[in-house]
Amino acid sequence: MALLEVRGVSKSFGAIRALTDVSFAIEPGEVVGLMGDNGAGKSTMVKLIAGNFPPNEGEVLVDGQVCHFHKPIEARAEGIEVVYQDLALADNLTAAQNVFLGREIKKGFWPFRILDKKAMIERSAALFAELKSETRPRDLVRKMSGGQRQAVAIARTRLSNAKLVMMDEPTAAISVRQVSEVLDLIRRLKAQGVSVMLISHRMPDVFAVCDRIIVMRRGTKVADKPKAETSPEEITGLITGAIREA
Amino acid sequence: MKPSHPDIASESKAASHAILDEVSDVREQSALQKLLRAQSFWVTVALAALMLGMSVLEPTFGSAENLGNISRNFAPFGIMALGMTVVLITGGIDLSVGSIMALVAIVAGLFLTWHYPWYVAFSMGMLTGVACGVVNGFFVAYLRMPSFVVTLGMMSFARSLAVVFSGNQMLYQFGPDAPIVKAIGQAKWPLREPAGWAPHWMPEFSSHFWTLIVLALIVGWIFNFTAWARHLFAIGGNEDAARLTGVPVDWIKFQAYVFSAFTASVAAILLLGYNGSALNALGTGYELRVIAATVIGGASLMGGYGTAFGAVVGAAFLEVIRNALLMAGVDSNWQGAFVGAFIVLAVLLGMQTGGTSLRALAQQWVPIRRR
Repeated sequence: MALLEVRGVSKSFGAIRALTDVSFAIEPGEVVGLMGDNGAGKSTMVKLIAGNFPPNEGEVLVDGQVCHFHKPIEARAEGIEVVYQDLALADNLTAAQNVFLGREIKKGFWPFRILDKKAMIERSAALFAELKSETRPRDLVRKMSGGQRQAVAIARTRLSNAKLVMMDEPTAAISVRQVSEVLDLIRRLKAQGVSVMLISHRMPDVFAVCDRIIVMRRGTKVADKPKAETSPEEITGLITGAIREA
Repeated sequence: MKPSHPDIASESKAASHAILDEVSDVREQSALQKLLRAQSFWVTVALAALMLGMSVLEPTFGSAENLGNISRNFAPFGIMALGMTVVLITGGIDLSVGSIMALVAIVAGLFLTWHYPWYVAFSMGMLTGVACGVVNGFFVAYLRMPSFVVTLGMMSFARSLAVVFSGNQMLYQFGPDAPIVKAIGQAKWPLREPAGWAPHWMPEFSSHFWTLIVLALIVGWIFNFTAWARHLFAIGGNEDAARLTGVPVDWIKFQAYVFSAFTASVAAILLLGYNGSALNALGTGYELRVIAATVIGGASLMGGYGTAFGAVVGAAFLEVIRNALLMAGVDSNWQGAFVGAFIVLAVLLGMQTGGTSLRALAQQWVPIRRR
């Protein structure tokens, strides 16, 4: 059974049709690349799956159950997490504080219910070790490299035992060495049975880690192929419209 | 070591990490490094030095009487600075605290002149003050208006209400509970002989000072140990991030303005008691002094940084400068110049990049002179 299934989803914002009859499925432990030019509907798709708004038509199924999310927090409860492009980290807090932001471990009783800092630091250290990241729990995010910030954002998704992690342009605007760090992080998520949807413009990154590639153009799905059966040239043609469909 | 090809990737990785550690100096700070980098620490050192120097030069400065006076004078500012710190951490500002003080004092004063018991009068004053905070918080947090504009509006509004309610009169005929009101505002502990046990060198600390200490301990505890404060700092660091992770951003920001108004109300009640009268001009210009104290103590106007200790030390610092200048016989018109200079200096020295930016500036200039 597919972990996530999108069935005939359409979405309009007023007169603008952002998605038209899009269907696809993601299996557990699968890494799927979602590609397309600006305005192709990638971000709308991600936001819709993440529960920012419901579709006008069609449905989203998680583990075979129809889900109608109205808030991101509902999608998160079903194990769907998004790593946003700007990473949604607070610069003035440490790695551990960011990982646990909004779901701090507490101890004691009201009104003396206090943060269990030790438990949170230990748990995030374990998460970073699991991701083989050199990030330390007490490091300030302000002083981190792009790759380390990604590690913090991804550790946050591991904390909730997410089943599907959607990453929005994780390799944009970071150095080459950090890109390989991030790709390693994606491989480790996959090794732990987590499905990843990678939204990216960077062809080499997508081909390096993805099992399957979905291409969108003008709100419709124009291709959904295993990596082995396609090539960067074909994908480029599909994105630009030189190849109509595959 | 074999002279064969080393593992270039891992070596360069290790090297670049070493460089990264040097460039960003410390990523993980030890307790001592944290202390040395804290602006509040250096302000405390400066404060101690100033007080020590003054006590040597001017023996009356170090007298128990004067220390008692100083600690009473800065306490209301310290109390409000605690509230202001909470607001500044969220990245906002509260310009209305001075006017809220006046309104609280006038409302409480009116109820006293109508011969209500002191607790009714104080409660009505506190309620009015907190209501102002509720309005501020609602407009800033839920209607997403800039805090500067909203609290500027409240600054004008509350002052005007205070003037109207008071009929532009000073209120001082406080009815039967007047002695209790005075006793609360003028209470001291510990008392000296014969009334108490305190030795002659110990200042008799005012109720204002003790209120500040208790509030500062509570706020400090909250800042360090609660998830609420963690969320408060996260909002200042990255409001969108906090929202995305499910932090109740609007609710917490709302509470910050209510708390700021609450601290202003407490300060107003204490001053009302101390003065034994309510004046609609109470707190005029205090908002800027409170913001100055907070900023000297290390809070950032950009949000995300601030401590309870810093708020108290910043307020103390301003008052000690004022008092020291007075004691040294400097014309009181010079006070503003000194205070202004210290604000800029403290923030410059306390900036995380303060030293580097000075160095960079020097480096920029030096080559030009050489040419």
